[in-house]
Amino acid sequence: MLTGALVLVLGANAAEHSNRSVVKGSKAYELDSCVEPTSVMRKLHPTFIKHQRDITVHHGIRGDKHSLSGCVDCHATKDAQGRYTPVNAPGQFCESCHEYAGVEIPCFTCHATTPTGRKGE
Amino acid sequence: MSQDIDQERRQFVSVAGLAAAATVVAPGAFLLDGSAEAGSRREPAVDKVRYGMFIDTTKCADGCTECVTACEKENGIDLLRMPEGADPEEWDRQRPRWMRTVKVKDRLTGRVSNLPMMCQHCEHPPCVDVCPTGASFRRADGIVMVDRHICIGCRYCMMACPYKARSFIHENVDQQLSIAPRGKGCVESCNFCVHRRDNGENTTACQDACSHGAIVFGDLNDSNSEVSKVLREKDNTQLRADLKLNTSVRYCGI
Repeated sequence: MLTGALVLVLGANAAEHSNRSVVKGSKAYELDSCVEPTSVMRKLHPTFIKHQRDITVHHGIRGDKHSLSGCVDCHATKDAQGRYTPVNAPGQFCESCHEYAGVEIPCFTCHATTPTGRKGE
Repeated sequence: MSQDIDQERRQFVSVAGLAAAATVVAPGAFLLDGSAEAGSRREPAVDKVRYGMFIDTTKCADGCTECVTACEKENGIDLLRMPEGADPEEWDRQRPRWMRTVKVKDRLTGRVSNLPMMCQHCEHPPCVDVCPTGASFRRADGIVMVDRHICIGCRYCMMACPYKARSFIHENVDQQLSIAPRGKGCVESCNFCVHRRDNGENTTACQDACSHGAIVFGDLNDSNSEVSKVLREKDNTQLRADLKLNTSVRYCGI
């Protein structure tokens, strides 16, 4: 319980002090912080995802919090027609920061960029 | 030349591989499973379970492709389009197919059998033997699959597979399902709908789609499972049993 409170406080602090880059309209926009405090996620999200991918592919564990489909699910936004916009489209959460940092996102050559993956859903 | 399969050598090689792997696997990786529970899997898949399939080809109708269509929809293969300017014949020959229908005929008697053909999920998979990176692997619960993160696209496994079960993705893919990632330069094949296994479902897409009831899927290690029961009751065989691969897919009526 104490740990939970600590995480909440850390989360709230991180949200207050961060320059929010999450896109309005996504589930993430409504939350105080990601699955880890924002400062941790900024620095370590590639490590989390890379570690999780091996656990998922080789051991079949899909219920963990560091899953890429979790990222997509939470950070995807819908357009005016109610269709999902890919998270790697210009101005979207993944792309906006990676564009600024000049780092490619190889995840999406294979992984779905919207929660379902099927266009128009 | 002797056609005998040297299982002892196979086992030695696999033990050596395991010993090497054990040094890098974090402690706690050998926990118990929670596979019986509904919802996403939270504990590693374990070898207490061995998934397998029984296919009754006497129930397979000539020209029926229900299982193939369902497989392609389930795993996003239907989302792939022929690249512009490609040769349709070449595309048809090379496009991914996790499941195919095959017609076999006994030349002497003229007896014809129709059967669906896919990865046989061997206990001793040749595709895993030849993979230079460890991308082709057999999961603890018997599912043979590809870790695309480390697949370099050499296609040795495609050459090694006696069942022609694997496909290669030649071009960029613009649309994938979240449960079935797919991209240029990797090999793929049937994985017994592994996302369903990990999300607590008990069936495969092909089994659900088969209106003839020809496909039974389940845990071969559980003597009370439907697949174990039907395998005990009905005459069945492995394809290319001479290779001693101990396949997890068994056929009746061929």
